[in-house]
Amino acid sequence: MLEMRRENLLNAGIALLLLAVPLVAWAIDETYYITVASRVAILALAGVGLNLALGFGGMVSFGHAAFFGLGGYAAGVLSHHAFEGSAFMSWPVMIDGSDSTLTLWFAALLLSGVVAAIIGAISLRTTGVYFIMITLAFAQMIYYLAISLPTYNGEDGLPLYLRSNLPGLDLSNDLTFFFVCYALLLLAIFLSVRIVGSRFGAALECARQNENRLSAIGIAPYPVKLTAFVLSAMITGLAGALFVELNGFVSPSILSWHLSGEIMIFVILGGVGRFYGPIVGAALFIVLETVIGGYTERWQLFLGVILLGVVLFARGGVIGLLAGKARHD
Amino acid sequence: MTEPLLVLDGLHKSFGALRATDNVSLDLAPASIHALIGPNGAGKSTLIAQIAGSLKPTAGTVRFLGQDITALSVPKRAQLGLGRTFQVSSLAMAFSALRNVMLAVQARQHATFRFWRPVRVDRSLIDPSMAQLERVGLKERAHLPVTALSHGERRQLELAVALALEPKVLLLDEPMAGLGGEDSLRMTEVLTGLRQDVAMLLVEHDMDAVFRLADKISVLVYGRVIASGSVEDIRASQEVRDAYLGE
Ligand SMILES: Nc1ncnc2c1ncn2[C@@H]1O[C@H](COP(=O)(O)OP(=O)(O)OP(=O)(O)O)[C@@H](O)[C@H]1O
Ligand SMILES: [Mg+2]
Repeated sequence: MLEMRRENLLNAGIALLLLAVPLVAWAIDETYYITVASRVAILALAGVGLNLALGFGGMVSFGHAAFFGLGGYAAGVLSHHAFEGSAFMSWPVMIDGSDSTLTLWFAALLLSGVVAAIIGAISLRTTGVYFIMITLAFAQMIYYLAISLPTYNGEDGLPLYLRSNLPGLDLSNDLTFFFVCYALLLLAIFLSVRIVGSRFGAALECARQNENRLSAIGIAPYPVKLTAFVLSAMITGLAGALFVELNGFVSPSILSWHLSGEIMIFVILGGVGRFYGPIVGAALFIVLETVIGGYTERWQLFLGVILLGVVLFARGGVIGLLAGKARHD
Repeated sequence: MTEPLLVLDGLHKSFGALRATDNVSLDLAPASIHALIGPNGAGKSTLIAQIAGSLKPTAGTVRFLGQDITALSVPKRAQLGLGRTFQVSSLAMAFSALRNVMLAVQARQHATFRFWRPVRVDRSLIDPSMAQLERVGLKERAHLPVTALSHGERRQLELAVALALEPKVLLLDEPMAGLGGEDSLRMTEVLTGLRQDVAMLLVEHDMDAVFRLADKISVLVYGRVIASGSVEDIRASQEVRDAYLGE
């Protein structure tokens, strides 16, 4: 009980800290840090997505960059066409480009969800190392597909000149854009909390711990895991759409396996299966990249050492270190 | 004579050259306990696994409630009303005892794809689960994680989970193993109380329990049923004594 309270306090602190950074940056006119905070929020959102599959469902996906990237491409390509005034496709149905934020988000959620349903349906026939490898393989296929697409500049990627239109808000204002990312991040965490605490979540967590037990009581693990995998991918896909808007640029790098690894690192650093862990993980990652990366290009060496420490000595990640073991009642 | 609930017909299971199940035919009448005894490695657990569906027989059929279920998956069989306990406890280790039972209640209600309401406060799951835990004598331990339960308590929890499914047939793989005298008695009592509602196939080494509970006993040796009959028949059989009872 006490530990629950401690974790809740810690979570509130983490959320407030992430909110405070861009506000302070705005107050002292260091606008660069607003963008940094947005980056953290977006990458954390990608981690929240992966955490649903990895942390709660035990599905070690090494291909979540595929969903991040597909979300990014869905948003990027549609806004590119909107800027050009051209159609995305004209056959068999006419689909125009779009500069409406909600349309871009919807496209990102849809594309990442559909592709995750296909990848998941095949990958979830395997477990363990095979699952890790097959998700990686699918993501690499999509990566090379994006590189070989001349329409969207292949490897060089596409610049996006304008942010999309969200009714009532001006996304070209960096602070407003941060608030939107932040709100979506908290919404995704809230959804995760509800899902994990629900009947579905109970079955999902049982699938992680002991699939035979779940089968023995008459619940087939496969559809439970597949559903969670798709939801997980959609959250990560939405993060991809935001990322592309933040950078004003979409390229195959957001589909690369490095990014899959980074999203996994956010989750592990923060604490696997801890709702607010990905925020801590993404923040730590960005801080290391910015601070140590300012002195040496070998900042990832430090990241590696920290990661090693977490894996060897603090399985619950930073959250586990500060709030104790996760508890089920 | 009522029709049996469960009928095994000519089951064979080979692991390479080893015949773990060798032409086994048995049946289980309603409201009865059929005990399956035999030495270590006789193939008792292998037989249970084929009935529950986690192992596919090499040949033969399993019929349940008049339906051929040989090709059905484990979850499908469980949904039809085939409950089981495992010889080596197989539970959701990080969950509390209560959460393990709640999951079974939820499965019984066919209500897993619900994403919103927290189970933590769901009386329709908690109340029936507590009742099952009380029945097996685990009420006081309901909120402990499985990792904190003793070996014997895990056996009791396995039974509570299986009972929460309200099965028509229970497959029990050594439910008394590791239980102390008092808990073993309690388990025997619980099983006796269940007999009217649930037919049971009981694998057990504890012969006192077997002789007290069973309506019928089959003896399995090297995958084969060498004797089958009433408690008196089996007690009297010289062949069984030689092969198993070691008297
Ligand atoms: N998956 C498997 N692969 C190969 N051999 C197996 C497998 N499972 C069981 N066996 C073998 O089949 C035989 C029967 O095993 P089983 O576990 O069914 O025996 P049992 O009667 O339950 O014994 P115990 O009383 O020790 O639980 C044993 O010789 C065992 O080694
Ligand atoms: Mg056995």
